Amino acid sequence: MIARRLGLLVSAILLFLPLGSVADDIIMTRSTLPFPEAMLALQQSIGEHGYTVSRVQRIDIGLTGMGYKTDKYRIVFAGKIDEIRVMTEKSPQLAAYLPPKIAIFAEEGQTVLVTLNPELYAEIAGDAIDPVIFDRWTSDLRSIFDDVNTAN
Amino acid sequence: MTGMHKRDVYMRLICGTILLLLAVQISAAPNGRQLYVAHCSACHGDQGHGGVGVPLSLPSFLDSVDDRFLAVTIRQGRPGRVMPSFPRLSDAQIAAIVGYIRSWSDKPAPRYSPLPVKGDVKNGSLLYAKHCASCHGENGEGGTGTGVTFSRRRELPIIAPALNNSGFLAAASDEMIRQTLQLGRAGTPMGSFLEKGLGEQEIDDVISFVRSFAQDQDEGTKTVAANKDKIIRVASPYSLEETVENLKDAIVSQNFILIRTDLLEHGLVKEADENPKQVILHFCNFKFLFDALAVDPRVGMFLPCRVTVTETDAGVFVSAINPEYMSHLFNNAELDQYCKQMHDVYVTILEDATL
Ligand code: HEC
Ligand code: HEC
Repeated sequence: MIARRLGLLVSAILLFLPLGSVADDIIMTRSTLPFPEAMLALQQSIGEHGYTVSRVQRIDIGLTGMGYKTDKYRIVFAGKIDEIRVMTEKSPQLAAYLPPKIAIFAEEGQTVLVTLNPELYAEIAGDAIDPVIFDRWTSDLRSIFDDVNTAN
Repeated sequence: MTGMHKRDVYMRLICGTILLLLAVQISAAPNGRQLYVAHCSACHGDQGHGGVGVPLSLPSFLDSVDDRFLAVTIRQGRPGRVMPSFPRLSDAQIAAIVGYIRSWSDKPAPRYSPLPVKGDVKNGSLLYAKHCASCHGENGEGGTGTGVTFSRRRELPIIAPALNNSGFLAAASDEMIRQTLQLGRAGTPMGSFLEKGLGEQEIDDVISFVRSFAQDQDEGTKTVAANKDKIIRVASPYSLEETVENLKDAIVSQNFILIRTDLLEHGLVKEADENPKQVILHFCNFKFLFDALAVDPRVGMFLPCRVTVTETDAGVFVSAINPEYMSHLFNNAELDQYCKQMHDVYVTILEDATL
């Protein structure tokens, strides 16, 4: 009897604990690592999470010449071929967004990383694709960003 | 089991459970530092020194704002001025972040009365035009740009916040504004207006004028609606190859430089296995890129510009992300004009190529 009440109490309290995760449209993080180290940590973590970096695009050519404070700005494209194929096949509209990319740029001695929350792709895909795949992308991205934060 | 025994077991069970619950509660108490790092440091700096966002650790700032100002600013953000709203954080989480920001100062937080000051709006508007508009804008729209972005030298002054912003007006009490005007914000361009010779009544007049922005704030600062299509997509009557060639011409005629053409799967599989029916054209206009990056360094995420051509059983399609939709994600009203421009460029290119 008491045990059952306690059980109820436990579940009631668990229910009211603050929820941890927050879904943002844009996922951002600041790494205290300087740009080259952050870039290295990013690519390494992407690989460790099972994704392939398909290209690193510079978009900073000439930036300093234009008065910019940094010439360190890259776009990292990454994905898993099987997932990308499923997506472009079942929801061809998504092609415009794929493969997913991460912007990485220096800010003073530190580095800022920015990416779109893949939940946006889930909205585009609608019922065509099981949203689990996007949830996993989102949590992988957060975990990759955490790695870049804590790498040293 | 005797009755005594049974009670003993229950007691232990109860004590154990209570201890367990306490442990759960303690580990669940929101950690302000962690939350700050997760949600704020990307823009405001890990020590609050500023970046994409304004500095938060300056003593002159912390000494002049109360905890309610900080909490409401976090909850509501500053619509159209980059600072996002955080509707999903709990009150406890927000309080923990506020506590963490406070830890940068050893002074206690000021406490302000929520009561309005009595000021003369008309006189306030004259004083505002004379003393404030040069930095905060004629209608309180704030300086161009926000915070100290990566594209500006850090030694440059902090940009004046928007005072006609619903987020600012909801967060600031009149007394907080008065304190800010009297003391100024040492370490920023915002000076003390007591020192500059404004009397206390004049300061209250200015405050009442700033408050009057509340009535017409909905104009101007609103960003493009969120209900835009996420994608621009048109069918092409041509073959995939012809469509790609048409796009190249259309891109150049819009004064953009074609950077490269590759397959969507490029780099993800062996070249021989790449799907040849998904082609990406990357292009750029450097002037445009510089201007957009100066407004918001995060737009790099959508640069260089790109259109995607795909061929399936349904036919050939050309698609691009819709920059006008992206605009709302950034919560940056200054970006809207660039996004609109880019939207028009995409539409023209897609239409030209599929005519
Ligand atoms: C995407 C970038 C960004 C993020 C993320 C962000 N801010 Fe801001 N924040 C800004 C900008 C930019 C401003 C200045 C707005 C203006 O100029 O009108 C600002 C303004 C503020 C202000 C008002 C400062 C003043 O002088 O009155 C506070 C307080 C604040 N942010 C706290 C936070 C906290 C706490 C978080 C995390 C929960 C956070 N911000 C997340 C960009 C950001
Ligand atoms: C030289 C430029 C300049 C002038 C002139 C100026 N300000 Fe400011 N003001 C700023 C800057 C920059 C900040 C941001 C300071 C910071 O980040 O802490 C600011 C901050 C403020 C704030 C706090 C806003 C916030 O979000 O915390 C208020 C209120 C304000 N100013 C009102 C006024 C009024 C009213 C006047 C005229 C009497 C005035 N300012 C004149 C540059 C100026």
